[in-house]
Amino acid sequence: MRIVAKDLTYTYNPKSPFASQALKGVDIVIEEGEFFGIIGHTGSGKSTFVQHLNALIKLTGGSLTVGDYDLSDKKCKFLELRSKVGMVFQYPEYQLFAETVEKDVMFGLKNFHKGMAEEEMKAAVKEAIGRVDLDYEDVKDKSPFELSGGQRRRVAIAGVIVTRPEILILDEPAAGLDPLGKKEIMQLLHAIHGSWCKTVVIVSHDMDEIAENCTRAAVFSEGKVVMEDTPAEIFKRSDELISLGLDIPVTAKCARVMKERGIEIDTDFTCDDFIAKTLALWKGQGGGNAQ
Amino acid sequence: MEAVTFENVKFIYREDDPAYAVNGVSLSIGEGQFVAVLGRNGSGKSTLAKLINALLTPTEGKVTVFGMDTADAKQTFEIRKSAGMVFQNPDNQTVASIVEDDVAFGPENIGVPREEIGKRIDFALDAVGMQAFRHSTPSRLSGGQKQRIAIAGVLAIMPKIMILDESTAMLDPKGRREVMDVIKKLNKDRGMTVILITHFMEEALEADRAIVMHRGEVVMDAAPEEVFSRSEELEAYNLTLPRAAYISKKLAEGGMPVKGAFNAEELAEEICASLQKI
Amino acid sequence: MLNDVTFGQYYPTKSFVHNMDPRAKIVFIIAYIVAIFLADNFFALAAVTLFLIVAVLFSRVPFGRVLRSVKMILFLIIFTAILNLFFYSSSEELHMIWEWKFISVSWEAIINMIFLAFRLFLLVMGTSILTLTTTPVALTDGIESLLTPLKWIRLPVHELALIMSIALRFIPTLMDETNRIVAAQKARGANFETGGLIKRAKAVVPILIPLLVSAFRRAEDLGDAMDARCYSGAKGRTKYKKLTFTWRDLIGLLLFAALIAGVVLLNTYLGGKFEIIGYFVK
Repeated sequence: MRIVAKDLTYTYNPKSPFASQALKGVDIVIEEGEFFGIIGHTGSGKSTFVQHLNALIKLTGGSLTVGDYDLSDKKCKFLELRSKVGMVFQYPEYQLFAETVEKDVMFGLKNFHKGMAEEEMKAAVKEAIGRVDLDYEDVKDKSPFELSGGQRRRVAIAGVIVTRPEILILDEPAAGLDPLGKKEIMQLLHAIHGSWCKTVVIVSHDMDEIAENCTRAAVFSEGKVVMEDTPAEIFKRSDELISLGLDIPVTAKCARVMKERGIEIDTDFTCDDFIAKTLALWKGQGGGNAQ
Repeated sequence: MEAVTFENVKFIYREDDPAYAVNGVSLSIGEGQFVAVLGRNGSGKSTLAKLINALLTPTEGKVTVFGMDTADAKQTFEIRKSAGMVFQNPDNQTVASIVEDDVAFGPENIGVPREEIGKRIDFALDAVGMQAFRHSTPSRLSGGQKQRIAIAGVLAIMPKIMILDESTAMLDPKGRREVMDVIKKLNKDRGMTVILITHFMEEALEADRAIVMHRGEVVMDAAPEEVFSRSEELEAYNLTLPRAAYISKKLAEGGMPVKGAFNAEELAEEICASLQKI
Repeated sequence: MLNDVTFGQYYPTKSFVHNMDPRAKIVFIIAYIVAIFLADNFFALAAVTLFLIVAVLFSRVPFGRVLRSVKMILFLIIFTAILNLFFYSSSEELHMIWEWKFISVSWEAIINMIFLAFRLFLLVMGTSILTLTTTPVALTDGIESLLTPLKWIRLPVHELALIMSIALRFIPTLMDETNRIVAAQKARGANFETGGLIKRAKAVVPILIPLLVSAFRRAEDLGDAMDARCYSGAKGRTKYKKLTFTWRDLIGLLLFAALIAGVVLLNTYLGGKFEIIGYFVK
């Protein structure tokens, strides 16, 4: 499913002293199959934007289509849309509520597919728990509150992908995890992207994460999209990002300093590529031959 | 006198727990040091922090703060006056709906006279750069600002030690930067002893000393640069190198004559140097 | 959204009323309520209304903002008004307009209804001026200070005030949290809008449980944070904010004394509320 937003606007608490315009005309296209990154400050409108994608926030200005669903149409089947656009919020482990992991993961299925047989549901739950790399037999009867923080987050993700959404949106999926936990979650998302969900959209503050994982990304600032491109192209414009008060990846920081010294490096800013290109540059200048 | 000492400290939350959360830790922290404590979630680093200001007391062994034994209930108040603590969740530490009332909470608790409290609020809010928000509502501030208020709330008690228990974990990069700048300044300008519990490797680089915890034990204790140069060991404790250190290591493995770099600037320096040597 | 619009009423601005001592304001509000219920004819009620208008003007809170708090209980006002209109009874003889079985409408009932609705209206308007012009902290401080005499009967006044202030402080946080949880469960297909009573009650479970778990977690964190900041009850504690009684409060007090006196005078000299009926019916 392709996501197309045109001139999307949104205001919180309209006509009150607390009115604040969160989106000021957002244009964006996210193609099917992308691993898309959304970058921006807290309050840049990025969370408001993603909550439009599954109609958690009702469209009030502009147009938005997700696949064949036209969200400006009042007759749009919002529930069906929500089963196809899965959304994992920040710290999703805090939404778990059922007595057992199995029941919690089943919650979405029960809501979306009312007529589904119990057996069928259990099979789907089993698959989803397996997909997030947890041991189904081991965790299914446990209370979600008995698990570790990292495991709980996986259960929460299973609870969203269990309905096999075509698009999976995650707000800061790695927030609060330790470095290894972060790495594991990103690996998990790539595996899900390859097998379960055609499109993955992540909202992230971590520029290294965006550089390493995304096929394309958009930069939000003050309710607008100011850049939409591949991470390689976006991070070439480091100066602009810095003037927006945003971070840049370590590789881009390094490339900037090198450029000041007159050394240009053509990289996509992933660690591996940066290392390979630097070594190539060095070898190209005859480095390593002396030894 | 040492600011903090641990003598073979063990701690267990419940008797039937299979393992000690802190298992035989001995260390001492001098006054004015900036110490980072690293480790995976569940490695015992937060327990270690809570043992310092007597929120927890050791199951075995002894913890002292400026010579005061944390197990001695009569000293608890004095210990907490000298060792302040900021926690992880910026939303769960404020008691009042107005910034200045919240900062006043600590001084009120220890019986500081009214006129003096006003001065302390001034001092604390200036130190964290939040004077302009004195009459604001904490719930409307950003995460970084909330944590700076929490730090001010601790500063107003005038402690000599500041413990930060993963206080940057829930913040965005900007908020993290704000908090790190504040605590670095406190350490440099005021000689405040800082104990920073974190899982951001980059933050540990700002400290004088890095302690790595693994399964309740202190497994590494050295200057951060040294800790990060022992990458195989770190990996064994499920920690990762700061990205710049990782890149410099890989470049060296590829034959390039680069020394270990710990941040982007150092890395660029090293790369340029080795490219220009040719 | 469930945001601050409905709660956390405080309207930040500088005004005469904002600067008054919260204790004085609490006393005034009590006096005002007494005046509302003392007022027994239209003139007295008009005097109270006039007073309300003056108070709103001096608070510099937009009139519409004050009215909004009435909107929330409009249903309640209408409901009680209707009940009173149709089911009014009295030991006195009534001037009937319309009767059907046990339902009736009389002139007395109409007047009584107007009085009742208007009193409720004045009540809500007045109390919301208090909450609009006083921060929750000042309000709890004021209450604590006014309740201090009760310490003699061993009521833990300080603790009660602290609990209240923390509760007020956490309301916006928990409201945000509720919004987040609702959104997360909606994203998983939860439906809170349709279905019968039982179904809707059941639908609340996925919100309530995470909210409770989170409240406990927050309470635990807060407890640690308070301990770490040397909290140990009221003993040996000082207070940063001293409530000060100023000329503003004195003016306010005098005005209120005048209001009550005025209401009593108007009541006595201008007769009861039903006398007006005499002008309409013979």
